[in-house]
Amino acid sequence: MPPPTPPLDAPPFDGSLPWKMNSQVSLRPESFGALAYHFGTRRLSFLKSPRLVTVVEGLAGAPSADEACLRAGVTEEEHVSFRRALAALAASGMIVERTVP
Amino acid sequence: MRLVERFASGLDAPICLTWELTYACNLACVHCLSSSGRRDPDELTTDECRAVIDELEAMQVFYVNIGGGEPTMRSDFWDLVGYATSHHVGVKFSTNGSRITPAVARTLAASDYVDVQISLDGATPEVNDAVRGAGSFETATRAMQHLASAGVTGFKLSVVTTRQNVDQLDAFKATAEKYGAQLRLTRLRPSGRGARVWQELRPTPEQQRTLYDWLLARGGDVLTGDSFFHLSGYGEALPGLNLCGAGRVVCLIDPVGDVYACPFAIHDQFLAGNLRHGGGFSGVWREAPLFTELRRPQSGGACSSCGHYDACRGGCMAAKFFTGLPLDGPDPECVLGRGDDALAGRVGSVPSPSPDHSRRPRPVAVAMAPARTVRPCDNGPLAGTALGDNGDRAPIAVR
Repeated sequence: MPPPTPPLDAPPFDGSLPWKMNSQVSLRPESFGALAYHFGTRRLSFLKSPRLVTVVEGLAGAPSADEACLRAGVTEEEHVSFRRALAALAASGMIVERTVP
Repeated sequence: MRLVERFASGLDAPICLTWELTYACNLACVHCLSSSGRRDPDELTTDECRAVIDELEAMQVFYVNIGGGEPTMRSDFWDLVGYATSHHVGVKFSTNGSRITPAVARTLAASDYVDVQISLDGATPEVNDAVRGAGSFETATRAMQHLASAGVTGFKLSVVTTRQNVDQLDAFKATAEKYGAQLRLTRLRPSGRGARVWQELRPTPEQQRTLYDWLLARGGDVLTGDSFFHLSGYGEALPGLNLCGAGRVVCLIDPVGDVYACPFAIHDQFLAGNLRHGGGFSGVWREAPLFTELRRPQSGGACSSCGHYDACRGGCMAAKFFTGLPLDGPDPECVLGRGDDALAGRVGSVPSPSPDHSRRPRPVAVAMAPARTVRPCDNGPLAGTALGDNGDRAPIAVR
Protein backbone atom coordinates (compact mmCIF):
# COMPACT_ATOMS: atom_id res chain seq x y z
CA MET A 1 0.00 0.00 0.00
CA PRO A 2 1.15 3.56 -0.60
CA PRO A 3 2.08 5.95 2.16
CA PRO A 4 -0.91 7.87 3.48
CA THR A 5 0.31 11.34 2.72
CA PRO A 6 1.43 12.93 -0.50
CA PRO A 7 5.06 13.94 -0.86
CA LEU A 8 5.80 17.31 0.67
CA ASP A 9 8.57 18.02 -1.81
CA ALA A 10 6.26 18.32 -4.82
CA PRO A 11 7.64 20.82 -7.34
CA PRO A 12 5.88 24.19 -7.62
CA PHE A 13 2.82 24.27 -9.83
CA ASP A 14 3.37 25.52 -13.38
CA GLY A 15 0.11 26.52 -15.05
CA SER A 16 1.73 26.88 -18.46
CA LEU A 17 2.25 23.12 -18.61
CA PRO A 18 -0.30 20.46 -19.56
CA TRP A 19 -1.98 18.70 -16.64
CA LYS A 20 -4.59 16.03 -16.10
CA MET A 21 -6.53 14.48 -13.26
CA ASN A 22 -4.68 11.58 -11.68
CA SER A 23 -6.10 8.29 -12.94
CA GLN A 24 -6.42 7.16 -9.31
CA VAL A 25 -8.77 10.05 -8.58
CA SER A 26 -12.53 9.87 -8.79
CA LEU A 27 -14.83 12.91 -8.89
CA ARG A 28 -18.34 12.93 -7.45
CA PRO A 29 -20.50 15.87 -8.53
CA GLU A 30 -22.17 17.80 -5.71
CA SER A 31 -24.29 20.94 -5.62
CA PHE A 32 -21.32 22.94 -4.34
CA GLY A 33 -18.86 21.50 -6.86
CA ALA A 34 -17.49 18.03 -6.37
CA LEU A 35 -15.82 15.62 -4.01
CA ALA A 36 -12.50 14.31 -5.29
CA TYR A 37 -11.12 11.13 -3.79
CA HIS A 38 -7.61 9.81 -4.38
CA PHE A 39 -7.64 6.03 -4.00
CA GLY A 40 -3.87 5.91 -3.63
CA THR A 41 -3.37 8.43 -0.83
CA ARG A 42 -6.95 8.10 0.48
CA ARG A 43 -7.29 11.83 0.54
CA LEU A 44 -10.56 13.56 -0.03
CA SER A 45 -10.72 17.08 -1.40
CA PHE A 46 -13.68 19.35 -1.76
CA LEU A 47 -13.83 21.29 -4.99
CA LYS A 48 -15.88 24.17 -3.75
CA SER A 49 -16.90 25.66 -7.05
CA PRO A 50 -18.54 24.07 -10.09
CA ARG A 51 -16.12 25.99 -12.28
CA LEU A 52 -13.13 24.44 -10.56
CA VAL A 53 -14.69 21.10 -11.42
CA THR A 54 -14.98 22.23 -15.05
CA VAL A 55 -11.34 23.30 -14.98
CA VAL A 56 -10.15 19.99 -13.53
CA GLU A 57 -12.25 17.99 -15.97
CA GLY A 58 -10.96 20.13 -18.83
CA LEU A 59 -7.28 19.75 -17.95
CA ALA A 60 -6.70 16.64 -20.03
CA GLY A 61 -8.06 18.27 -23.16
CA ALA A 62 -6.26 21.59 -22.81
CA PRO A 63 -2.70 22.43 -23.84
CA SER A 64 -2.07 23.99 -20.42
CA ALA A 65 -3.75 24.44 -17.05
CA ASP A 66 -3.98 28.17 -17.71
CA GLU A 67 -5.82 27.45 -20.95
CA ALA A 68 -8.20 25.08 -19.12
CA CYS A 69 -9.00 27.96 -16.76
CA LEU A 70 -9.66 30.31 -19.68
CA ARG A 71 -11.94 27.79 -21.33
CA ALA A 72 -13.91 27.46 -18.10
CA GLY A 73 -14.46 31.20 -18.07
CA VAL A 74 -12.08 32.01 -15.22
CA THR A 75 -11.39 35.74 -15.33
CA GLU A 76 -8.02 37.36 -14.83
CA GLU A 77 -8.94 38.46 -11.31
CA GLU A 78 -10.03 34.95 -10.39
CA HIS A 79 -7.03 33.30 -11.97
CA VAL A 80 -4.82 33.61 -8.89
CA SER A 81 -7.22 31.76 -6.63
CA PHE A 82 -7.84 29.05 -9.22
CA ARG A 83 -4.12 28.63 -9.74
CA ARG A 84 -3.70 28.30 -6.00
CA ALA A 85 -6.40 25.65 -5.92
CA LEU A 86 -4.75 23.76 -8.77
CA ALA A 87 -1.40 24.01 -7.02
CA ALA A 88 -2.94 22.46 -3.91
CA LEU A 89 -4.48 19.70 -6.01
CA ALA A 90 -1.09 19.12 -7.63
CA ALA A 91 0.68 19.02 -4.27
CA SER A 92 -1.69 16.31 -3.06
CA GLY A 93 -1.35 14.34 -6.30
CA MET A 94 -4.98 14.88 -7.34
CA ILE A 95 -3.78 16.30 -10.64
CA VAL A 96 -0.53 15.38 -12.35
CA GLU A 97 1.56 16.84 -15.12
CA ARG A 98 0.81 15.40 -18.50
CA THR A 99 3.59 14.51 -20.86
CA VAL A 100 2.70 15.60 -24.36
CA PRO A 101 3.59 12.96 -26.94
CA MET B 1 -23.68 28.75 1.76
CA ARG B 2 -20.51 27.66 3.50
CA LEU B 3 -19.35 24.15 2.85
CA VAL B 4 -19.98 23.14 6.45
CA GLU B 5 -23.60 24.23 6.08
CA ARG B 6 -23.91 22.22 2.89
CA PHE B 7 -22.74 19.19 4.79
CA ALA B 8 -25.06 19.92 7.69
CA SER B 9 -27.98 19.90 5.28
CA GLY B 10 -26.95 16.52 3.91
CA LEU B 11 -25.55 15.19 0.65
CA ASP B 12 -27.12 12.84 -1.91
CA ALA B 13 -24.78 10.10 -0.74
CA PRO B 14 -22.65 9.77 2.37
CA ILE B 15 -19.03 10.86 2.18
CA CYS B 16 -18.13 8.13 4.58
CA LEU B 17 -20.01 5.07 5.53
CA THR B 18 -19.41 2.55 8.27
CA TRP B 19 -20.62 -0.95 7.59
CA GLU B 20 -20.55 -3.48 10.36
CA LEU B 21 -20.58 -6.83 8.62
CA THR B 22 -21.20 -9.06 11.60
CA TYR B 23 -21.94 -8.93 15.29
CA ALA B 24 -19.71 -11.96 15.76
CA CYS B 25 -16.46 -11.27 17.58
CA ASN B 26 -13.75 -13.40 19.10
CA LEU B 27 -13.04 -10.68 21.66
CA ALA B 28 -15.34 -9.11 24.21
CA CYS B 29 -13.96 -5.60 24.69
CA VAL B 30 -15.57 -3.93 27.65
CA HIS B 31 -16.32 -0.74 25.69
CA CYS B 32 -17.63 -2.31 22.46
CA LEU B 33 -19.76 0.30 20.67
CA SER B 34 -21.90 -2.33 19.00
CA SER B 35 -22.22 -4.74 21.95
CA SER B 36 -20.82 -7.44 19.70
CA GLY B 37 -20.11 -11.06 20.47
CA ARG B 38 -22.61 -13.40 18.88
CA ARG B 39 -23.44 -13.48 15.21
CA ASP B 40 -27.01 -12.45 14.49
CA PRO B 41 -28.81 -15.20 12.57
CA ASP B 42 -30.41 -12.58 10.36
CA GLU B 43 -27.19 -11.03 9.07
CA LEU B 44 -27.07 -9.98 5.42
CA THR B 45 -26.22 -12.79 3.02
CA THR B 46 -23.33 -12.62 0.61
CA ASP B 47 -25.69 -11.70 -2.23
CA GLU B 48 -27.33 -9.00 -0.14
CA CYS B 49 -23.91 -7.59 0.71
CA ARG B 50 -22.98 -7.54 -2.95
CA ALA B 51 -26.20 -5.68 -3.74
CA VAL B 52 -25.23 -3.08 -1.11
CA ILE B 53 -21.84 -2.69 -2.76
CA ASP B 54 -23.51 -2.26 -6.17
CA GLU B 55 -25.57 0.54 -4.67
CA LEU B 56 -22.56 2.19 -3.08
CA GLU B 57 -20.81 2.11 -6.44
CA ALA B 58 -23.81 3.71 -8.13
CA MET B 59 -23.95 6.39 -5.42
CA GLN B 60 -20.20 6.99 -5.83
CA VAL B 61 -19.41 6.27 -2.22
CA PHE B 62 -15.65 6.19 -2.60
CA TYR B 63 -14.90 3.88 0.24
CA VAL B 64 -16.51 2.08 3.11
CA ASN B 65 -15.25 1.49 6.63
CA ILE B 66 -15.91 -2.11 7.44
CA GLY B 67 -16.09 -3.18 11.03
CA GLY B 68 -18.14 -5.35 13.31
CA GLY B 69 -17.82 -7.37 15.45
CA GLU B 70 -14.71 -8.79 13.97
CA PRO B 71 -15.45 -8.57 10.24
CA THR B 72 -12.85 -11.16 9.24
CA MET B 73 -14.94 -13.79 11.05
CA ARG B 74 -17.37 -13.79 8.15
CA SER B 75 -16.39 -16.60 5.83
CA ASP B 76 -17.13 -14.40 2.80
CA PHE B 77 -15.15 -11.45 4.15
CA TRP B 78 -12.31 -11.54 1.62
CA ASP B 79 -14.74 -12.20 -1.23
CA LEU B 80 -16.71 -9.11 -0.26
CA VAL B 81 -13.56 -7.01 -0.01
CA GLY B 82 -12.60 -8.17 -3.49
CA TYR B 83 -16.07 -7.48 -4.80
CA ALA B 84 -16.03 -3.95 -3.36
CA THR B 85 -12.63 -3.01 -4.71
CA SER B 86 -13.41 -4.40 -8.16
CA HIS B 87 -16.52 -2.18 -8.10
CA HIS B 88 -14.61 0.99 -7.28
CA VAL B 89 -15.54 1.02 -3.62
CA GLY B 90 -12.39 1.22 -1.53
CA VAL B 91 -12.32 -0.63 1.76
CA LYS B 92 -10.86 0.14 5.10
CA PHE B 93 -11.53 -2.52 7.65
CA SER B 94 -11.03 -2.54 11.39
CA THR B 95 -9.73 -5.67 12.98
CA ASN B 96 -8.31 -6.96 16.20
CA GLY B 97 -5.59 -8.55 14.07
CA SER B 98 -6.37 -12.16 14.88
CA ARG B 99 -6.77 -13.13 11.22
CA ILE B 100 -3.92 -11.06 9.80
CA THR B 101 -1.60 -13.91 8.94
CA PRO B 102 1.62 -13.41 6.95
CA ALA B 103 -0.23 -14.60 3.83
CA VAL B 104 -3.09 -12.14 4.39
CA ALA B 105 -0.57 -9.37 4.96
CA ARG B 106 1.11 -10.14 1.64
CA THR B 107 -2.24 -9.96 -0.16
CA LEU B 108 -3.00 -6.64 1.51
CA ALA B 109 0.38 -5.28 0.46
CA ALA B 110 -0.59 -5.83 -3.16
CA SER B 111 -3.81 -3.81 -2.98
CA ASP B 112 -4.04 -0.03 -3.19
CA TYR B 113 -7.72 -0.14 -2.45
CA VAL B 114 -7.72 -1.91 0.87
CA ASP B 115 -6.62 -0.24 4.07
CA VAL B 116 -6.32 -1.92 7.44
CA GLN B 117 -6.94 -0.58 10.89
CA ILE B 118 -5.61 -2.47 13.86
CA SER B 119 -7.32 -1.77 17.16
CA LEU B 120 -5.20 -1.40 20.26
CA ASP B 121 -6.26 0.37 23.43
CA GLY B 122 -3.06 0.30 25.43
CA ALA B 123 0.59 0.82 24.54
CA THR B 124 1.38 -1.92 27.05
CA PRO B 125 -0.25 -5.34 27.46
CA GLU B 126 -1.51 -4.46 30.95
CA VAL B 127 -3.45 -1.40 29.84
CA ASN B 128 -4.68 -2.92 26.58
CA ASP B 129 -5.68 -6.33 27.82
CA ALA B 130 -7.66 -4.89 30.73
CA VAL B 131 -10.06 -3.48 28.16
CA ARG B 132 -9.74 -5.79 25.15
CA GLY B 133 -9.06 -9.10 26.85
CA ALA B 134 -6.11 -11.31 27.70
CA GLY B 135 -3.69 -11.85 24.84
CA SER B 136 -5.20 -9.15 22.62
CA PHE B 137 -2.11 -6.93 22.85
CA GLU B 138 0.06 -9.73 21.57
CA THR B 139 -2.43 -10.54 18.80
CA ALA B 140 -2.52 -6.95 17.57
CA THR B 141 1.25 -6.62 17.80
CA ARG B 142 1.79 -9.79 15.80
CA ALA B 143 -0.60 -8.51 13.13
CA MET B 144 1.34 -5.26 12.87
CA GLN B 145 4.58 -7.21 12.55
CA HIS B 146 3.08 -9.24 9.72
CA LEU B 147 1.83 -6.14 7.94
CA ALA B 148 5.18 -4.38 8.29
CA SER B 149 7.13 -7.46 7.14
CA ALA B 150 4.90 -7.74 4.07
CA GLY B 151 5.64 -4.12 3.21
CA VAL B 152 2.24 -2.69 4.08
CA THR B 153 2.81 0.91 5.07
CA GLY B 154 0.40 3.56 6.21
CA PHE B 155 -2.04 1.18 7.83
CA LYS B 156 -3.79 2.58 10.85
CA LEU B 157 -3.18 1.90 14.49
CA SER B 158 -6.49 2.81 16.07
CA VAL B 159 -6.76 3.69 19.73
CA VAL B 160 -9.78 4.56 21.82
CA THR B 161 -8.55 7.18 24.25
CA THR B 162 -9.18 6.28 27.88
CA ARG B 163 -8.21 7.46 31.33
CA GLN B 164 -5.80 4.54 31.49
CA ASN B 165 -4.02 5.13 28.18
CA VAL B 166 -4.03 8.87 27.73
CA ASP B 167 -0.60 9.01 29.34
CA GLN B 168 0.67 6.69 26.62
CA LEU B 169 0.04 8.95 23.63
CA ASP B 170 3.74 9.30 22.80
CA ALA B 171 4.21 5.55 23.19
CA PHE B 172 1.33 4.89 20.77
CA LYS B 173 2.90 7.29 18.30
CA ALA B 174 6.22 5.48 18.62
CA THR B 175 4.52 2.10 18.15
CA ALA B 176 2.81 3.32 15.00
CA GLU B 177 6.07 4.66 13.63
CA LYS B 178 7.87 1.46 14.46
CA TYR B 179 5.54 -0.48 12.17
CA GLY B 180 5.18 2.19 9.48
CA ALA B 181 1.58 2.82 10.54
CA GLN B 182 -0.37 5.97 11.16
CA LEU B 183 -1.85 6.64 14.57
CA ARG B 184 -5.54 7.24 14.89
CA LEU B 185 -7.14 8.29 18.17
CA THR B 186 -10.83 8.24 18.80
CA ARG B 187 -13.11 9.21 21.59
CA LEU B 188 -14.47 6.72 24.09
CA ARG B 189 -18.21 6.87 23.68
CA PRO B 190 -20.84 5.67 26.11
CA SER B 191 -22.40 3.57 23.35
CA GLY B 192 -23.09 -0.16 23.39
CA ARG B 193 -21.21 -1.85 26.24
CA GLY B 194 -19.23 1.37 26.52
CA ALA B 195 -22.15 2.82 28.46
CA ARG B 196 -21.38 0.55 31.38
CA VAL B 197 -17.72 1.47 31.70
CA TRP B 198 -17.78 5.03 30.45
CA GLN B 199 -17.53 6.63 33.87
CA GLU B 200 -14.50 4.51 34.79
CA LEU B 201 -12.70 4.72 31.46
CA ARG B 202 -13.35 8.24 30.23
CA PRO B 203 -10.44 10.66 30.49
CA THR B 204 -10.52 13.17 33.33
CA PRO B 205 -11.00 16.85 32.46
CA GLU B 206 -7.25 17.39 32.97
CA GLN B 207 -6.52 14.54 30.60
CA GLN B 208 -8.93 15.96 28.03
CA ARG B 209 -6.92 19.15 28.07
CA THR B 210 -3.65 17.23 27.68
CA LEU B 211 -5.15 15.30 24.80
CA TYR B 212 -6.35 18.49 23.11
CA ASP B 213 -2.94 20.11 23.39
CA TRP B 214 -1.24 16.95 22.16
CA LEU B 215 -3.54 16.68 19.15
CA LEU B 216 -3.25 20.36 18.32
CA ALA B 217 0.54 20.11 18.33
CA ARG B 218 0.44 17.19 15.89
CA GLY B 219 -2.06 18.71 13.45
CA GLY B 220 -3.15 16.34 10.72
CA ASP B 221 -0.34 13.92 11.52
CA VAL B 222 -2.56 11.97 13.89
CA LEU B 223 -5.99 10.96 12.60
CA THR B 224 -9.00 11.37 14.83
CA GLY B 225 -12.08 10.63 12.76
CA ASP B 226 -13.10 14.14 13.81
CA SER B 227 -13.78 12.50 17.15
CA PHE B 228 -12.80 15.31 19.44
CA PHE B 229 -14.62 18.32 18.12
CA HIS B 230 -16.25 18.69 21.52
CA LEU B 231 -12.77 19.75 22.74
CA SER B 232 -12.53 22.62 20.28
CA GLY B 233 -14.11 24.81 22.93
CA TYR B 234 -10.65 24.95 24.51
CA GLY B 235 -9.56 27.35 21.79
CA GLU B 236 -8.29 26.70 18.32
CA ALA B 237 -10.35 24.11 16.46
CA LEU B 238 -8.76 20.74 15.89
CA PRO B 239 -8.34 19.71 12.26
CA GLY B 240 -11.69 18.54 10.92
CA LEU B 241 -15.15 19.74 10.12
CA ASN B 242 -16.20 20.15 13.72
CA LEU B 243 -19.61 19.03 12.71
CA CYS B 244 -21.72 16.07 13.73
CA GLY B 245 -22.06 14.24 10.42
CA ALA B 246 -24.71 11.79 11.61
CA GLY B 247 -27.28 11.19 8.88
CA ARG B 248 -25.81 14.13 6.96
CA VAL B 249 -22.49 12.92 5.60
CA VAL B 250 -22.02 9.67 7.56
CA CYS B 251 -24.13 6.75 8.66
CA LEU B 252 -23.92 3.13 9.70
CA ILE B 253 -25.20 -0.05 8.09
CA ASP B 254 -25.41 -2.78 10.70
CA PRO B 255 -25.08 -6.53 10.07
CA VAL B 256 -28.83 -7.08 9.60
CA GLY B 257 -29.22 -4.15 7.22
CA ASP B 258 -30.46 -1.61 9.72
CA VAL B 259 -29.25 1.87 8.88
CA TYR B 260 -28.38 4.11 11.82
CA ALA B 261 -27.43 7.77 11.84
CA CYS B 262 -23.90 7.04 12.99
CA PRO B 263 -21.70 4.20 14.23
CA PHE B 264 -22.02 5.40 17.82
CA ALA B 265 -25.79 5.46 17.85
CA ILE B 266 -26.97 1.88 17.57
CA HIS B 267 -30.30 2.46 19.22
CA ASP B 268 -33.90 2.49 18.00
CA GLN B 269 -34.00 6.24 18.42
CA PHE B 270 -31.38 6.65 15.66
CA LEU B 271 -32.61 3.85 13.41
CA ALA B 272 -33.47 5.35 10.03
CA GLY B 273 -34.69 2.19 8.33
CA ASN B 274 -33.63 -1.14 6.92
CA LEU B 275 -32.19 -1.59 3.46
CA ARG B 276 -34.16 -4.79 3.02
CA HIS B 277 -37.44 -2.88 3.07
CA GLY B 278 -37.75 -2.01 -0.57
CA GLY B 279 -35.77 1.11 -1.21
CA GLY B 280 -32.35 -0.33 -0.55
CA PHE B 281 -29.66 1.74 1.10
CA SER B 282 -30.16 4.76 -1.13
CA GLY B 283 -33.85 4.79 -0.28
CA VAL B 284 -33.07 4.99 3.42
CA TRP B 285 -30.33 7.56 2.94
CA ARG B 286 -32.45 9.86 0.81
CA GLU B 287 -35.90 9.43 2.32
CA ALA B 288 -35.73 8.34 5.93
CA PRO B 289 -37.69 10.81 8.08
CA LEU B 290 -34.98 10.64 10.75
CA PHE B 291 -32.32 11.76 8.27
CA THR B 292 -34.58 14.49 6.91
CA GLU B 293 -34.95 15.74 10.45
CA LEU B 294 -31.21 15.63 11.16
CA ARG B 295 -30.56 17.64 7.99
CA ARG B 296 -32.77 20.49 9.12
CA PRO B 297 -31.10 23.42 10.86
CA GLN B 298 -30.45 22.35 14.45
CA SER B 299 -31.02 24.43 17.52
CA GLY B 300 -28.15 24.86 19.92
CA GLY B 301 -30.69 24.67 22.73
CA ALA B 302 -29.09 25.30 26.09
CA CYS B 303 -25.74 25.83 24.33
CA SER B 304 -26.84 28.44 21.82
CA SER B 305 -25.88 31.35 24.06
CA CYS B 306 -22.43 29.88 24.75
CA GLY B 307 -19.51 31.62 23.09
CA HIS B 308 -17.96 28.29 22.17
CA TYR B 309 -20.97 26.91 20.36
CA ASP B 310 -19.55 27.61 16.91
CA ALA B 311 -16.46 25.62 17.87
CA CYS B 312 -17.98 22.54 19.47
CA ARG B 313 -21.53 22.63 18.01
CA GLY B 314 -22.80 21.14 21.25
CA GLY B 315 -20.66 18.01 20.88
CA CYS B 316 -21.65 14.45 20.16
CA MET B 317 -25.29 13.44 19.86
CA ALA B 318 -24.61 9.83 20.83
CA ALA B 319 -22.59 10.80 23.89
CA LYS B 320 -25.47 12.93 25.10
CA PHE B 321 -28.13 10.37 24.36
CA PHE B 322 -26.45 7.45 26.07
CA THR B 323 -25.71 9.47 29.18
CA GLY B 324 -29.34 10.54 29.41
CA LEU B 325 -28.73 14.16 28.47
CA PRO B 326 -30.95 16.22 26.15
CA LEU B 327 -29.69 16.31 22.55
CA ASP B 328 -29.86 20.08 22.40
CA GLY B 329 -27.78 20.60 25.53
CA PRO B 330 -24.09 20.32 26.35
CA ASP B 331 -21.94 17.31 25.61
CA PRO B 332 -21.32 15.26 28.81
CA GLU B 333 -17.64 16.14 28.38
CA CYS B 334 -18.17 19.83 27.66
CA VAL B 335 -14.84 21.57 28.29
CA LEU B 336 -16.59 24.21 30.37
CA GLY B 337 -17.86 21.54 32.75
CA ARG B 338 -21.49 22.10 31.75
CA GLY B 339 -21.78 18.43 30.96
CA ASP B 340 -20.95 17.52 34.52
CA ASP B 341 -23.57 19.94 35.77
CA ALA B 342 -26.08 18.41 33.40
CA LEU B 343 -25.15 14.87 34.44
CA ALA B 344 -25.59 15.81 38.09
CA GLY B 345 -28.97 17.34 37.38
CA ARG B 346 -30.39 14.82 34.95
CA VAL B 347 -33.79 13.34 35.51
CA GLY B 348 -35.10 10.03 34.30
CA SER B 349 -33.18 6.96 33.34
CA VAL B 350 -30.25 6.43 31.02
CA PRO B 351 -31.31 4.61 27.84
CA SER B 352 -30.09 1.05 27.57
CA PRO B 353 -28.13 0.08 24.52
CA SER B 354 -30.09 -1.81 21.89
CA PRO B 355 -29.62 -4.29 20.32
CA ASP B 356 -27.15 -6.30 22.39
CA HIS B 357 -25.23 -9.22 20.89
CA SER B 358 -22.87 -9.68 23.82
CA ARG B 359 -22.02 -13.25 24.57
CA ARG B 360 -23.52 -14.62 27.77
CA PRO B 361 -22.55 -14.27 30.48
CA ARG B 362 -21.88 -10.68 29.72
CA PRO B 363 -18.29 -9.63 30.14
CA VAL B 364 -17.76 -7.72 33.32
CA ALA B 365 -15.74 -4.58 33.42
CA VAL B 366 -12.36 -5.41 34.84
CA ALA B 367 -11.08 -3.54 37.80
CA MET B 368 -10.14 -0.06 36.77
CA ALA B 369 -9.08 3.04 38.54
CA PRO B 370 -11.87 4.29 40.78
CA ALA B 371 -14.39 6.43 39.01
CA ARG B 372 -14.03 10.15 39.41
CA THR B 373 -16.94 12.41 38.87
CA VAL B 374 -15.92 14.72 37.48
CA ARG B 375 -13.98 26.43 10.48
CA PRO B 376 -12.85 24.57 8.04
CA CYS B 377 -14.06 26.49 5.02
CA ASP B 378 -12.22 29.49 3.70
CA ASN B 379 -13.23 31.42 0.61
CA GLY B 380 -10.93 29.61 -1.78
CA PRO B 381 -12.45 27.10 -4.16
CA LEU B 382 -10.83 24.08 -2.57
CA ALA B 383 -10.69 22.31 0.74
CA GLY B 384 -9.32 18.92 1.53
CA THR B 385 -8.56 16.30 4.08
CA ALA B 386 -6.63 13.14 4.67
CA LEU B 387 -9.22 10.45 4.56
CA GLY B 388 -8.64 6.81 5.03
CA ASP B 389 -9.86 7.60 8.40
CA ASN B 390 -13.05 6.52 9.96
CA GLY B 391 -15.31 8.20 7.58
CA ASP B 392 -16.49 10.75 9.99
CA ARG B 393 -13.20 12.53 9.72
CA ALA B 394 -13.77 15.79 8.10
CA PRO B 395 -12.06 18.23 5.83
CA ILE B 396 -9.38 20.68 6.64
CA ALA B 397 -9.13 23.66 4.42
CA VAL B 398 -6.15 23.68 2.12
CA ARG B 399 -4.96 27.23 2.24
